[in-house]
Amino acid sequence: MSVDLKTTYLGLKLKNPLMISACPLTADVDRLRRLEEAGAAAAVLPSLFEEQIEHDAEEISKAHEFGTESFAEALTYFPESDDYRTGPEEYLETISKAKKAVGIPIIASLNGASRGGWLRYAKMMQDAGADALELNVYFVAADLAMTGRDVEARYLELVAGVKQSISIPLAVKLGPYFSAMGNLGARLVEAGADGLVLFNRFYQPDIDLESMEAQPRLHLSVPDELSVPLQWIAILRGHIEASLAATGGIHDAEGLLKALLAGADVGMITSVLYQKGIHQVGSILAGMQQWMEAKEYESVEQLKGSMSLENCPDPSAFQRGNYMKTLTSYVGRAI
Amino acid sequence: METRRFVTVDGNEATANIAHLCNEVMAIYPITPSSGLGELPDAWAAAGRKNIFGTVPDVVEMQSEAGAAGAVHGALQAGALTTTFTASQGLLLMIPNMFKIAGELTSTVFHVTARTVATHALSIFGDHGDVMACRSTGWAMLSSDSVQESQDMAIIAHSATLEARVPFIHFYDGFRISHEVNKIEQLTEDDVRAMIDMDLVNAHRQRALSPERPKLRGTAQNPDVFFQAREACNPFYAACAGIVQKHMDKFAKLTGRQYHLFDYVGAPDAERVIVVMGSGIGVVEETVDKLVPEGQKVGVLKVRLFRPWDSRAFVAALPKTVKHIAVLDRTKEPGAAGEPLYQDVVTSLSESWAAGPHPGPLPKGEGTERSLPRVIGGRYGLSSKEFTPAMVVAVYEELSKAQPRQQFTVGIVDDVTKLSLDYDASFSTEKDDMTRALFFGLGSDGTVSANRNSVKIVGENTPLHAQGYFVYDSRKAGSVTTSHVRFSPRPIKGSYLVHRANFVACHQPQFLERIDMLSTADPGATFLLNSIYGPDEVWDTLPAEVQKQIIDKKLKLYVVDAYQVARDAQMGVRINTIMQTCFFKLSGVIPPDEAIARIKEAVKKTYGKKGGGKIVEQNYAAIDGALASLKEVKYPSQVTSKLHMVPPVPAHAPAFVKDVLGMMIANRGDDLPVSALPCDGTFPTGTTQYEKRSIAQDVPIWDPKICTQCGICSLVCPHATIRLKAFDPALLAGAPEGFKATDYKGKEFPGWKFVVQVAPDDCTGCGLCVEACPAKDKEKVKHKAIDLEPKVPVLDRERAAYDFFMTLPDVDRSKVKPDTIKGSQLLLPLFEFSGACAGCGETPYIKLITQFFGDRMLIGNATGCSSIYGGNLPCTPYTVNHEGRGPSWSNSLFEDCAEFGLGFRLAVDQQIKYAHELLRRLSSQLGDELVSALLNNKQETEEEIAVQRARVTDLNKRLPAIAGGDAKNLLASSDYLIRKSVWSFGGDGWAYDIGFGGMDHVFASGRDMNILVLDTEVYSNTGGQASKSTFRGAVAKFAAGGKGGRKKDLGMIAMSYGDVFVGSISLGANPMHALRTIRAAESYRGTSLLIAFSHCIGWGIDMAHGMEIQKDAVACGYWPLWSFDPREPSHPFQLASKKPVGAFKDFAMKEARFAMLARSKPDDSARLLALGQQDIDKRYHFYEQLAGVDRAPAEAEPGNGETKAKDAKEVGA
Repeated sequence: MSVDLKTTYLGLKLKNPLMISACPLTADVDRLRRLEEAGAAAAVLPSLFEEQIEHDAEEISKAHEFGTESFAEALTYFPESDDYRTGPEEYLETISKAKKAVGIPIIASLNGASRGGWLRYAKMMQDAGADALELNVYFVAADLAMTGRDVEARYLELVAGVKQSISIPLAVKLGPYFSAMGNLGARLVEAGADGLVLFNRFYQPDIDLESMEAQPRLHLSVPDELSVPLQWIAILRGHIEASLAATGGIHDAEGLLKALLAGADVGMITSVLYQKGIHQVGSILAGMQQWMEAKEYESVEQLKGSMSLENCPDPSAFQRGNYMKTLTSYVGRAI
Repeated sequence: METRRFVTVDGNEATANIAHLCNEVMAIYPITPSSGLGELPDAWAAAGRKNIFGTVPDVVEMQSEAGAAGAVHGALQAGALTTTFTASQGLLLMIPNMFKIAGELTSTVFHVTARTVATHALSIFGDHGDVMACRSTGWAMLSSDSVQESQDMAIIAHSATLEARVPFIHFYDGFRISHEVNKIEQLTEDDVRAMIDMDLVNAHRQRALSPERPKLRGTAQNPDVFFQAREACNPFYAACAGIVQKHMDKFAKLTGRQYHLFDYVGAPDAERVIVVMGSGIGVVEETVDKLVPEGQKVGVLKVRLFRPWDSRAFVAALPKTVKHIAVLDRTKEPGAAGEPLYQDVVTSLSESWAAGPHPGPLPKGEGTERSLPRVIGGRYGLSSKEFTPAMVVAVYEELSKAQPRQQFTVGIVDDVTKLSLDYDASFSTEKDDMTRALFFGLGSDGTVSANRNSVKIVGENTPLHAQGYFVYDSRKAGSVTTSHVRFSPRPIKGSYLVHRANFVACHQPQFLERIDMLSTADPGATFLLNSIYGPDEVWDTLPAEVQKQIIDKKLKLYVVDAYQVARDAQMGVRINTIMQTCFFKLSGVIPPDEAIARIKEAVKKTYGKKGGGKIVEQNYAAIDGALASLKEVKYPSQVTSKLHMVPPVPAHAPAFVKDVLGMMIANRGDDLPVSALPCDGTFPTGTTQYEKRSIAQDVPIWDPKICTQCGICSLVCPHATIRLKAFDPALLAGAPEGFKATDYKGKEFPGWKFVVQVAPDDCTGCGLCVEACPAKDKEKVKHKAIDLEPKVPVLDRERAAYDFFMTLPDVDRSKVKPDTIKGSQLLLPLFEFSGACAGCGETPYIKLITQFFGDRMLIGNATGCSSIYGGNLPCTPYTVNHEGRGPSWSNSLFEDCAEFGLGFRLAVDQQIKYAHELLRRLSSQLGDELVSALLNNKQETEEEIAVQRARVTDLNKRLPAIAGGDAKNLLASSDYLIRKSVWSFGGDGWAYDIGFGGMDHVFASGRDMNILVLDTEVYSNTGGQASKSTFRGAVAKFAAGGKGGRKKDLGMIAMSYGDVFVGSISLGANPMHALRTIRAAESYRGTSLLIAFSHCIGWGIDMAHGMEIQKDAVACGYWPLWSFDPREPSHPFQLASKKPVGAFKDFAMKEARFAMLARSKPDDSARLLALGQQDIDKRYHFYEQLAGVDRAPAEAEPGNGETKAKDAKEVGA
């Protein structure tokens, strides 16, 4: 029996529900090609960072100015070049190259925290051939005077701003730390989001005990992390007119299946590729197909959302009841 | 045809443009002030800009000017149109090939920014000393006197040389023209094509060597034919001047600008004429323009083609009425009958007035029937000395005298040989409708770039003529810049500084008490001051001397808080566009609205191309904010201030420092007479201590509670402004309030106190110490044992503390543990407060070496950063200890420093031998015990050296009582009985490139020499040109497309001799390794090479993090730490670096030198970084294997070191 793996995400018809999330792997055309060959249905390019654009421009200007016009023998220290690609040029080239190299949809990603002049890059990405845009919003409200409402307003303004500048579909990738995730999700869709990508994994600081310095640290995801996206995808499924993507914690076919069952249109992977290699794409897809065949599912469409909050036999598991049940049944190893 | 446009450029850009278009090959080498001439074509070539032949010129950096000349010679012989650019000693290095090129009648043009040749001192500034040294080479010499002419003569030279077959030096005055920004009409590419005759180009190619039409050139000739063959070129020289005039005429037809070999300007019936060449022409012409309408019969004869000298054209150009001629030479030939131009004039006149076959008498009616004019010669403008209309008037007046002075000088006061002319400095030719502005700024505040931009705005957008000339500091940290800017409805001919300003701007309020900015202000001028004080408060913050000048001259005073405006616009300390906006508002040169629009345009052009949208917006905000902050100040009619200007040096400074150096510090060096200056270039050391520049905003403050007494802060301090001392607690009795001390940790000085003290007025605030400090507060980790704090609130306390600190005795050198960081830092540095860049990576090594060996050091220093911060007047950082001992230092040249140092060694060894011989001869009178002790002390430790010093003192006391010449002679040589530490210091440009041949020879000498290479991987002093030390993938000048080749492994080359000690060290990565390797190198009685990794401003890094970058470099294998000690019998090679961790790319991307290429040419960058990683991996793999090699016993046999070993025995080692 053949299973129909096709799905639709942001209006894009995908051959299966397994996507590669934004990571450095997708910037490399050769790797991208191998990912496609392994079966990936679409890929999100690594993010173009708002800060990076400004930072690079500032650094180049600083390097050209620092120490200059001070000493008669060394009025400057670097040769002048008129051709610095401190803006999005390199990124736009990556989009074009990726589009030429592979047949799967390519989603560009823009990482920002505020509405700024750099929003014009969204349009440039569209013009460069991106099939859709993923807006990766990362904002740490370190200012104690800032309220949750203020933060949400920033997000909504940003999404609306980007949406206005493009005609391709727009996905919004979020972190999970909102007091009313569902409400925010719905309002983002109202503001123009065609899909939500749940959830962003932040690189939070760590403390180096030797140097006594705070340093950003990169952790690869672990399968346990999937439970948070599962919960919110299950809650949102059926209540918003937008696609849903699960990301963070999908490491195998089981993870992908769970995401789909909860209501995701697609599942995105990265960490497992770093751990096990690109061939893992094929293994996950094969495993999913095997499970579906064994369970006699006909298609992914049939599967999607079948265990959402609306459709699952025990909705309390996605709500507060889940918490009580887990806590009372837990026995730690050390106890 | 393209339309010509007016551009505002400097002489170098004007010339480089022509050179780029006319040439196929450029073999170049950096030297000030011509470096820019090569940098521009290199950058243009990297961007693919083509010449008129449709190809991109090949711009190749060579290892020296000698190498460049050789490559040029070869390229010419093989048929390429080829050029180079140089100046000063660089031109002198080309002379051997220049003789060949001319001897072979080869068409080429060398563009020379005429610069002073180093004699009693180096000078980077302009005169004709270098080009005059080439007179005998057989090159044509064509001079430009302005920025416009530097372009025009460049193309005339390129065009004429092809026909004449005589090679050309096209020269113009260094800095005064090479760096003056002026408005010129730029030639189009079509113009250049029209001037270059392709038939002549093809003829040049046909003369080239080719196997298709084989020939041989460069034979050796014998007495039978050489002479005749040498004379065979005469027809070409005879024709050359005519050809030049023909091409000048062709140029005139094309552009309307008519030049002649000699051009006369002035009264048609002039009786007094000045003959002059170069930028001085404009000054004389400006004076003539004023004097002739006043009825004076004066004129100026401009010399353009100096060689081949056309006597007939010269005489013909003189007015027939001339009776008195003054020839001005911008060079000095000591001992000559007269300077070169003078001699040619005298010869021409005497030959022309006499009947003779050559050049032949002039036809009747051309003036030679009259009596021979009287000619005097004089010198002016050496090393860019100011040359003004006032001085020109003095020359004309001298010509009116019955007995005018021969060999006169003008512009200085010569109270020794009394040759100088007096002049009335108040004489001026400048008209009131000319804007004459002076801007005082700091190097870091963008003042110069803003003024450069203002000149461009006015020059290119209005009918006004514009001139900008910028004067820089001799120090690199906290350097003061002065911008001299003129705008005028007429062409601006005078190439001299602004002496009568109608606009003065002080961009830094701290200058008020140190720089006399208003002495040049005209009455009624505008004074714009950047100050945090508003119009109502600012008056009382001005020193009384400043207030008096404002009142006396009735200046219009304006104030702007540019720093606040900059902060509001998030611009940091960049106040350039703010001050520029205020200037346009106040000066009225062009309507302010238009000016602001143009400034914004320029900002967009500058930053827009670098992707800086945000920076553009910030600048716009600053420009808009500037006008709101600008306020006029109403001031009283009386001086009210209690503040006074600070004297340049303190009252307790020695007389020479006060009377001579102090004048230079106060920018009044021009007023010093000849007698004030040493006749042979010898200056006292230890004078930076008197120049309290107080340039830091923040200074490091020590917290004894947290301090672990590691000493790293002092070790890394580039300016020796953080000092450690251990002292007896009893000495604390006189300590001022606020002086901090804690208990000394360590067994050397039990019960003593310990202090870390900053010299607050000498610190540059670089922050290296803070970044390096490892001691953090337990409760507030960001607080360290050394933190930067704002200086002003702590200044009085820290000044008093430092003064007290300096009264504490230095520790007994024999008691410290010099192999530890702390021990090394308890030793007195004998290199302090240099003018190096804030955060310099080189100077900590030098300071450390002087701490170890300074009291017995001789240093030969290659030209470069280390010779500039080491020996650029006014003040010198090498200093003395309390006994008056310290390093004796000298700079010879760029290329010969290793040999220069070797010369020191040879001399010292010979003196030692002589002293030993005398000791032996006198042993019966001195006693065998003393003689034997003096001869046999190995002096390997501080104690042994101290004992030797005491014995020499004893010897010196005894010697006068002994009769005979031997005792007297030994007294003169006994100093050499104390072991000397001989060093050659220099950078990688010297060691890897220009000086490598000599250095290699010193390696082979086996002599007891120490060579310190301060490796910044770039020619730092001349602005960052690539050297063979530059790492793959780094952008540098002359490697605008990224350095393609692998970095040379200098250490391995030295190691291959087997008996050379080599150390590759990094103070930031492993200070213990560095200091032990330095000590081991010095202790080795053969040749030692230390390659010291030195971070640099030319890397595009935050200098405060220089030491961390060094650490990262070592960690990723970019800079391996190792040593090779020939004394080690089995494993002389020791690898001190661990296996590389992390990728080269990650390290590289933190530095602009690498990151720039990644941004401009990502594919090239990726390829070069990958190759760079391979270089690192392969090198480490190789070193790892070397570390395991057990040296074969045969290697231990004396080879090159044989002589050394023998000599060492003789000198008591």
